[in-house]
Parts: sequence; C-alpha cells; structure tokens
Amino acid sequence: MVEFTPVHLITGFLGSGKTTLLQRLLADPALHDTAVLINELGEVGLDHHLLGRIDDTMVLLPSGCLCCTIRGELAAAIKDLHSKRERGLVPAFRRLVVESSGLADPFPILSTVQADPVLRHHFRLGTVVTTVDAVNGIGRPESVKQVAVADRLVLTKTDLAPDCDVLETALRRINPDAPLLRAAEQAIDAAALFDAAARSPLRALPATPDNPHGTVCAFALAFDGALDWTMFGVWLTMLLNRHGEKVLRVKGILNVAGTEAPVAVHGVQHLVHPPVHMAAWPDEDRRSRLVFIVDGLEPAAIEHSLRAFLGSPTRMAAVA
Amino acid sequence: MCALCGVLGGGGDWTDAAARPGVFTRNADSLQRRRERINRVACAQRVLGFYGLTLSDWQASSFVLSTLTGKSEIVDNLTHLWAAAEKLTGRPCDPFDPSLIDWLEGRLEAGGG
Repeated sequence: MVEFTPVHLITGFLGSGKTTLLQRLLADPALHDTAVLINELGEVGLDHHLLGRIDDTMVLLPSGCLCCTIRGELAAAIKDLHSKRERGLVPAFRRLVVESSGLADPFPILSTVQADPVLRHHFRLGTVVTTVDAVNGIGRPESVKQVAVADRLVLTKTDLAPDCDVLETALRRINPDAPLLRAAEQAIDAAALFDAAARSPLRALPATPDNPHGTVCAFALAFDGALDWTMFGVWLTMLLNRHGEKVLRVKGILNVAGTEAPVAVHGVQHLVHPPVHMAAWPDEDRRSRLVFIVDGLEPAAIEHSLRAFLGSPTRMAAVA
Repeated sequence: MCALCGVLGGGGDWTDAAARPGVFTRNADSLQRRRERINRVACAQRVLGFYGLTLSDWQASSFVLSTLTGKSEIVDNLTHLWAAAEKLTGRPCDPFDPSLIDWLEGRLEAGGG
C-alpha cells in the first residue's frame, strides 16, 4: 500500500511570525525526516547551520531537515521534490511543510495538493498551522480566513502584548476548536504541531453564536440517529457548489447507517478531505456532530436544509 | 478499475475516495461500488426531480444528467453534478431554496420547481 506524504501548511498574516516559528522548528530534531518549502532561504537565516547545499534552491540542515525555496508554482516545487526523493537525490522525507506568503488565501494551496493528478497519488493534506500576531491581532479579512481554516493556532509576540485575553476570545469565536499555543512562553513541539492524528475532538459549541466576529461565525449541530451517508454527500456537495467560498470550515463525526465506527469529515471551502473511518467513538455520545465556520451564512438555514435532505427520522439539537 | 465490472475504483473526489487504510469509502469492492452508484442515483434524484432533471448511471463509470427535453450532460461525481445541473437549468441549485425544502418535505407537488 502506498504511503501518502502529509503536506502541512504554515500560514499567517504578514509579520505574524511564520518565519520565526520556522526558524525554531528547523532546529528541532523531530523534523529530521521533513522537507520544508519556504518563500526565501535568505529570510530564515540558515547560513550558520547549513549542513550541505543540494542546489541553489535546496539545502540540508544538521537536523536532517531538507529546506527548499518555492520558485514559480507550488505544484511544480512539490513534484520536483518528489522526483528527487524517488531518484535518491535527496533524503527520503516523510513529511512536507509549506510556508505560505502572508497575504495568501490558504485554500488554493490546499486545493493544489488534492486536485493535482500527480500529487494526489503521493501526498495528502496534513495540518494547517496559523500564526497570529498578538500585538496586531486579526483585523484583515485574509487574516480571519487564515484563522478559520487552522488546525493549530500559534499566538506569537505574546511577550510584547501583556493582555491577550480579548484576542484569544476573538480567535475562539472564529475557530473554537483548534488548540491554541503561545510561541513566546511555550516550547513548540514540532511533531505535535504537525501530528494530524492529534486533531482536536469536537468541542461543545452553541448552535447559535452569541457574538460573531464580523460575518464569520462558528456553530455546531448534533443529530440523533444514523444518517444516510449518500444523502449527506448529495447535500454537502450541493452546499459547497453554491456556497463553498462561505463555508470556511466544516468538520464533524458522523454516525453513518450501516457502520459501527464513526466517520470523520473535514472540509475547507470547496475542498473536502477523504472521509476518515475512525477506529472507535471518542466518548459515549453516539450522535452525529458537525461544526461549521461560515462567513455570511445563517446557521438556521444550514440546519433546516440538512434536516430536509436527511429526512424526518433525524432530530437535530444544539450540542449540549 | 475492476476488470470484471468496469467500475473505476475512485478518483480524487471525496465522495469517491480511493480505498486505503483509514479512509471511509464505498469503493472497496465492485459489488459495494455498484450498490453505492444505484443508491447515489436514487438519492440525487430526490433533489433533482425538483428541477425537472433525471440522473442515470452510464456504463458504471459516469452519470448522465438530462432535462425533460433531452438536453444532457455527462458528470463524473456528485461534486460535478451541481455545476452541470445549474448549466442545464440555467438557474442556481441552492440547498437553502425554500421551495426546494418544501419539495423535499413533501409540501410541494411535482413541477413546483
């Protein structure tokens, strides 16, 4: 069976500390079997701990980590890395980390990996890590979107911003589910940061958000009874076709008719990851639970529509 | 692709995820794939009937979406289905449409779309 290489993404607004975070991670021995695609080698200041230069875009670090710049298209850069790995020209990395530029919408980067006919047979999407500057916060729409799609939030410059409570509350309203780390005070464990298996379980969320951040809000739905997987697919594909750009995030665990173990679904805008057949339920609760982070969509409309598609046996309620 | 049944074993779409460890899919064997395709046509038809569209399986590899007047599009999967439905009908296929929800909940007769 082919082993798929996870592609993790580090995103965050301009000046939010992506490069500083990378500098710390690159020295971590846990990244010894990792290739890192960054915007500019010079920015990371690797000169003092270079082990070897493979070519003008690729260097090997003492930790065993392979560091490369992205020139041109991301897909071409990943294919080049893959080709070199297969030919034994670079160490056989088992994980790929991509640093996005500060203004980038994370969605096209994630989409590249899943849509490219070559990449999708060798790589899979991993974890999205978003850095947030504790001093400047998340004023820009790009920044809000980067927070919404995150699997991990890393709050940077917390030593310069004595009171982060307001910002943390704002982040929790946009993305209630992602673990939040503080880069200044906490040791950042590279393996834990990128370990997709450690993705947070769904937390309790109100069905109706009390104070959404602008038009972005997060809410959860839970429903009793096993659901029809195919009809759920009909509904979700229809929703994402028409409103995909407004569905910043959808994730959940589903009680699927005909299967004992739950199925985890996870989507970012138009892109839905391959559904995961979980080994077991995380707790005693056998209800299907879905978390949405949406921009400008009504939670009640989503609930009503899903209920109509799935039919009457399914009863939905706010996650208690 | 299964050499006997001719059903492709899954492309890149999440509703047709390739069978591999940890992935939930109904692509694991040809019988399961065929059963799922029949089920998929039936489920999608519940919604497409509102728009006067008909979906049918084509050679167990694609689907054919047709209007009442015979205009047709070939679609690969559920993700492609809705863009094709919008193209054929010339109107948005919106899951929030109150008339569609009435139709699904049995309050609207055929032809209401």
